[in-house]
Amino acid sequence: MRIGDAKQSYEADEAIWTSQTQKLWLGFFLLILLVFPFVVDSYLLYLGCLVGIAVISTTGLNILTGFTGLISLGQAGFMGVGAYTVAWLSINTALPFPVTLVLAGLMAAAVGILVGLPSLRVKGLYLAIATLAASVFLHFIFAEWESVTGGMGGLSLEPAHLFGLTFQSDFMMYFIIVPLAVLMVAGARNVFRTRIGRAFIAIRDRDISAEILGINLLRYKLMSFALSSFYAGIAGGLFAYFYRVVTPESFPLSMSIFYLAAVIVGGMGNLLGGILGAAFMTLVPEALKLLTAALTPFYPNAPVFMSPMLEIIFGALIVGFLIFEPHGLAEIWHRIRRFFRLWPFRN
Amino acid sequence: MDWLFFGEISLAGLAMGGLYALIALGFVIIYKATRVINFAIGEIMMFAAYLFLAFAGGMEMSPWIALPLAVIGGSILGGVIEKTIIRPMLGESPISVVMVTIGIASILVGLVEFVWTADPQLLPNFLPREPVFIGELYLAPKIAYGFLIGSALLIVYLLYFRFSRGGVALRATASDQAAAYSMGINVRRVFNMAWVFGSLAASLAGVLVAATGGLSPQFGIIGLSVLVVVIVGGLDSILGALVAGVFIGWLETVAGAYLGGEYRMPATFLVLAIILVIRPYGLFGTHEIERV
Repeated sequence: MRIGDAKQSYEADEAIWTSQTQKLWLGFFLLILLVFPFVVDSYLLYLGCLVGIAVISTTGLNILTGFTGLISLGQAGFMGVGAYTVAWLSINTALPFPVTLVLAGLMAAAVGILVGLPSLRVKGLYLAIATLAASVFLHFIFAEWESVTGGMGGLSLEPAHLFGLTFQSDFMMYFIIVPLAVLMVAGARNVFRTRIGRAFIAIRDRDISAEILGINLLRYKLMSFALSSFYAGIAGGLFAYFYRVVTPESFPLSMSIFYLAAVIVGGMGNLLGGILGAAFMTLVPEALKLLTAALTPFYPNAPVFMSPMLEIIFGALIVGFLIFEPHGLAEIWHRIRRFFRLWPFRN
Repeated sequence: MDWLFFGEISLAGLAMGGLYALIALGFVIIYKATRVINFAIGEIMMFAAYLFLAFAGGMEMSPWIALPLAVIGGSILGGVIEKTIIRPMLGESPISVVMVTIGIASILVGLVEFVWTADPQLLPNFLPREPVFIGELYLAPKIAYGFLIGSALLIVYLLYFRFSRGGVALRATASDQAAAYSMGINVRRVFNMAWVFGSLAASLAGVLVAATGGLSPQFGIIGLSVLVVVIVGGLDSILGALVAGVFIGWLETVAGAYLGGEYRMPATFLVLAIILVIRPYGLFGTHEIERV
């Protein structure tokens, strides 16, 4: 807490902007995001796009798991719904990509509501398993409903078009993905200043108390599912435009676990945590790839050990963060900030 | 309809279901005592199966020595996991504990790939090869003897938990930890024993399943089928684990034979979804009443 920061009204307490410095830093960050694609090489650009997609999906899952307390193993399935919607629409209709993306989000939200329905009766781990069942069914539909999804071969789609521009290169995709990611995170930040978002948090903290306070549990849980899968659907749609191939194997169960891990590593119930977690979990495998490439001249069979090392590091990150740093990267970030704020008075 | 074929498929499915019941029993023991949903059970099975491969294949021990060694190795692994990773998570939210077991599963997969590579492996055959006929019906010998060994352990477990001191301690801990503790039961030891016994059951089943179907780092997928079994049966019900294990094993095999392999998972998960909607606590599980 900063000195001289006593808040005198509820609005002040709820405000997103508490200081000019904050605006300045955020503006600086957005400027970096804008300049980034012009100065980096294609590999970093590709990573930037991947992180952007991951941030959208992780923020969505954070709304559901971190803020509403409903654990979901279906995130990859919802992304798949979005990706297939985009692929199908862009092959069979002439809709421009903003429309297909929104439709992808809405389609995923509809499926999310359907999957959330058991939350009327079951909660906690039983709900997690219901979402697991949903992801099995979705995978089955992706693989078997050949007239729509193209079966195991999947669908290939054309690059996104708008106003005569073709979004084919990573460079062009960056300017769709990253602004959308910023927009959607800002949207999520604002949701938690409204009744809906507060209701989510109340449900997470104690569902029975929330119900007594007049929150319709089923309605708000379904809303949380819908919102979360809307984010997943958008992320899936971007995924489809980014890779331009969608197959059932693009969205395995391990991807759902990946996003859960990103939420946990970043910090559950913290939007900044979701962003940090998504970036961190996306970049760790890439860092390991670079390390392997660097080691290969000295240890020729280093590449053989990369895939198992990745599994071990992935698991160790989940276990390590949950045991030693349950509030995730966001907490580390706050600690660093506190250090600089209190320096040199603290010691 | 070919009844002979149906009978043979059903028989194989029921035998497989017996092994599922054994794994589910291991799962339920852990859940009853510690309230931990163990997503890593498939990977513990896999680890034990790879140990068996190392002892029997790599070191060329007799399979009948390698089998107990592998099973003991698997149960030690369970005990170590409980002591080092699950214990510090005591009192954390169920979501966190589940995620920890998922993390453990990932670590185990990585370790196994590290040591034995990602290639599929065949276990040395140690079960008798003569075909087994029950009446007219043929049953693959590996499945039949696997079922027999698995059932033997299952019966030992049921008797142990019904009559022995340790079994009573486990059941007392399951029904009320504080009361059990004040009665002089070493609850922490019960937690550890539950993981050891649960992993022991899973390890034996792991070797037996791998002996029939081969072994690869993806072996842990079987954990998903077991998850279906325990949810359908009821997370804290031993009877439920047995009944649902046999039923799900049968259903999976029949669906696989008649509809095709891609229908195995959806068929069992459909049953799971129906059960979740009509009896969320499972067929035989305790209906938890929430008190504020």
